[in-house]
Amino acid sequence: MNQDRRDFLVRAGKVLVLTAPAAAYWDALAAGKTEPEEPAYRMADHFWGMIVDIDKCIGCGSCVRACKTENNVPLEPFYFRTWVERYHVESLSEHPEVDSPNGGYNGFPEKYAAGDKAKSFFVPKLCNQCAHSPCTQVCPVGATFESPDGAVLIDQTYCLGCRYCVQACPYGCRFIDPRTNTVDKCNLCYHRITKGLTTACCENCPTGARQLVDLKDPRDPVHEFLRTHKVHVLKPHMATGAKLFYNALDGSVR
Amino acid sequence: MEEGLLHAVQGYMYPNEVELQWSILIVLYPFTTGLVAGAFILASLERVFNVAAVKPTYRLALLSALAFLIVAPLPLQLHLGHPERSIEMYLTPHTSSAMAMFGFVYLWYLMAVLVLEIWLDYRKDIVLMSRTETGWKKTLYKVLSLGVDNISEESLRIDDKLGRFITIIGIPSAFLLHGYVGFIFGSIKANPWWSSPAMPIVFLFSAIVSGIALVMLMYMAVCVLKGIPIDMPCVDTIARYLFYAFLIDFSIELMDLIHRIYEADESFQSLDFMVHTRLYTSQILIQIVFGTIVPLGFFAFTQLVKLSESARKGIYVLAGCLTLMGIFAMRWNVVIGGQLFSKSFLGYTSYKMDFATKEGLLPAIVLLLLPFAILWVLVKVLPPWEEPHDGAKAETAAA
Amino acid sequence: MNRLFKDKEHLVRVAGLFAAGIVLFVIARALFVPKGFGQYGHYRAGALADVRSKPVVYAGRGACVECHTGEGERLKSGKHKGVGCEACHGALAKHAADPSALKPVKPDPKTLCLTCHQMNVAKPAKFAQIDVKSHMDGGPCTTCHDQHAPDKEPKK
Repeated sequence: MNQDRRDFLVRAGKVLVLTAPAAAYWDALAAGKTEPEEPAYRMADHFWGMIVDIDKCIGCGSCVRACKTENNVPLEPFYFRTWVERYHVESLSEHPEVDSPNGGYNGFPEKYAAGDKAKSFFVPKLCNQCAHSPCTQVCPVGATFESPDGAVLIDQTYCLGCRYCVQACPYGCRFIDPRTNTVDKCNLCYHRITKGLTTACCENCPTGARQLVDLKDPRDPVHEFLRTHKVHVLKPHMATGAKLFYNALDGSVR
Repeated sequence: MEEGLLHAVQGYMYPNEVELQWSILIVLYPFTTGLVAGAFILASLERVFNVAAVKPTYRLALLSALAFLIVAPLPLQLHLGHPERSIEMYLTPHTSSAMAMFGFVYLWYLMAVLVLEIWLDYRKDIVLMSRTETGWKKTLYKVLSLGVDNISEESLRIDDKLGRFITIIGIPSAFLLHGYVGFIFGSIKANPWWSSPAMPIVFLFSAIVSGIALVMLMYMAVCVLKGIPIDMPCVDTIARYLFYAFLIDFSIELMDLIHRIYEADESFQSLDFMVHTRLYTSQILIQIVFGTIVPLGFFAFTQLVKLSESARKGIYVLAGCLTLMGIFAMRWNVVIGGQLFSKSFLGYTSYKMDFATKEGLLPAIVLLLLPFAILWVLVKVLPPWEEPHDGAKAETAAA
Repeated sequence: MNRLFKDKEHLVRVAGLFAAGIVLFVIARALFVPKGFGQYGHYRAGALADVRSKPVVYAGRGACVECHTGEGERLKSGKHKGVGCEACHGALAKHAADPSALKPVKPDPKTLCLTCHQMNVAKPAKFAQIDVKSHMDGGPCTTCHDQHAPDKEPKK
């Protein structure tokens, strides 16, 4: 090879070698701040549930307001993805007195006198995200379903509005959205938890009465919690596989 | 929606439970499918069990069943939030859902049992009319005959054999049709008013009762309208079968009631209170007293005491109407009653039925009358007055 | 062949109609069942993405303290360390995305604090609650309490 061709090849080679990093640098510059890519959410890594601690709930209603805001739920008193109940128990043999003014949206105006020897407390309610959910069982078309990561979700484009699932839920957590004529319910803020956030209700609960838990995560404090506390699920005789675990739930709670 | 509804709440209801989910339209649905099953069972009494006395009602019973079966899905469509998506039940049926599988039971029963049986029974008349009618009617009958003109002895014999076979299959199919509706309610563990293994049986027998009562009343009405004498042995036999079915139905419902009262489980106090207050008129008075015990008493009376023909006719009409009212009340008490109490067992709500809205009383009345309009058309196209499938009779085709 | 179907031709036609119906049904299924149905279970797989794509309305404490580090530190040091910022300040994901697009409204210290701290028989006994009549009688709580670290005096 004569000198000119070699020179050309060496020079071309140098240019080529520098082009690649230059191009990469230019790309990085053009893309803006270089952040590490968020790891894609993998459903198989999660199995969602929630812990509710009755000893901590103060009935402030922040969760109810937050949920309605986050999930665009109608404000009328018939539609709740989550609500809070106040129990007033005079003695075990009597039925408890229960109320939930507008689901607890504006808190609970006091209606009991202090020192009346009754037991009273607040109970937040929401979808129990059942592992063997009766609502999923009865849906005629597959518009409601258990996701692989343990959330019971609704396909709003597929729901017929037949209301069979509303009848089948033992906990009363489903309702028909009058604006879409399809069913709606708490879906554990699936759009948030799949982005690494917590649910709107947990985020806004001032006392930590609500905690989102991931049963598949070995580091999640839920495992220790379930081991060391007396927990209940609602209506265990219905065998729904509820994943909403209540700490310090009184026997009078329905 | 209706803030006023909150004032009608007594005690505590979960907030999402205050408004009822299923309205009078959903009461209509088991009522109409029940009439279908009952009318068909009556027809099959003649065809399969050779109860010759009820022959005069055979075709009328089948046509009535068809008229009501056509109307049956309409209240459901009106009720759905998205009726345009209802085809999804056939495209992607969820096999664990009783509601989804029922879509296929309905389709099977309509096409493979009822339509086929009616067609086979009427085929000879259809072909004869395709020969004798003119104009658009001729075309209609030609289409109904599927373009086949053959009504030879052999072909009619084949029709008869096949028809008999279909009726035999049709009986369990009719049981399935309405038993399934009972299962749709009975399988809901969340609702103690509904959840019961007896539900499909109770629904089925009350369906048979209502269907037989319907055909009996219609037969008598049609005879009066056409000015022909009522075949009393026929009506007496129908009334007798109605009485037997009603006895069985009453026994099963009574057993369920006694069982509930005795076991007195968690839900009992709440349900008992509901029956004595909000459901008193429709359950105690209309369903039990005037809708079951009184007609049962009337029918029993006709079985035990020899009465004149006119006395029997009068009693059959009165008791038949009371029976239909009682069975309708039973559907109402199941559907509406099941939603009036809270699943917390701590409260009750009310059912506010509007008149001229999508799920109000007016569409319900229209839907109850519509089958009669359809039946009127069916009777014009397929007159039930000739003797059914009498192969020995020579063809008296008006040439 | 003719002998076999003699007198049965009408049945052949009925059978044909039924067969046609079944074929139509199969074709309809192929055409109209949504894509992805049955991939994970008896539902449309695309529904998962639909639900996930809903907008986030509450930003969460983590987003707030990226800018508001002072308040974040203050909160960590006091009794309100478990209280989400937006529990008092309202949903602010829009503000976190673009601070000038939405200015949060300052909560009213005379009413907001009471939603949690007004005495109520049903509240757990050890929770800090006061009877507003006998405790400053409706005056703004921030007179004596720093809202971000309420066991401490308010910052001047």
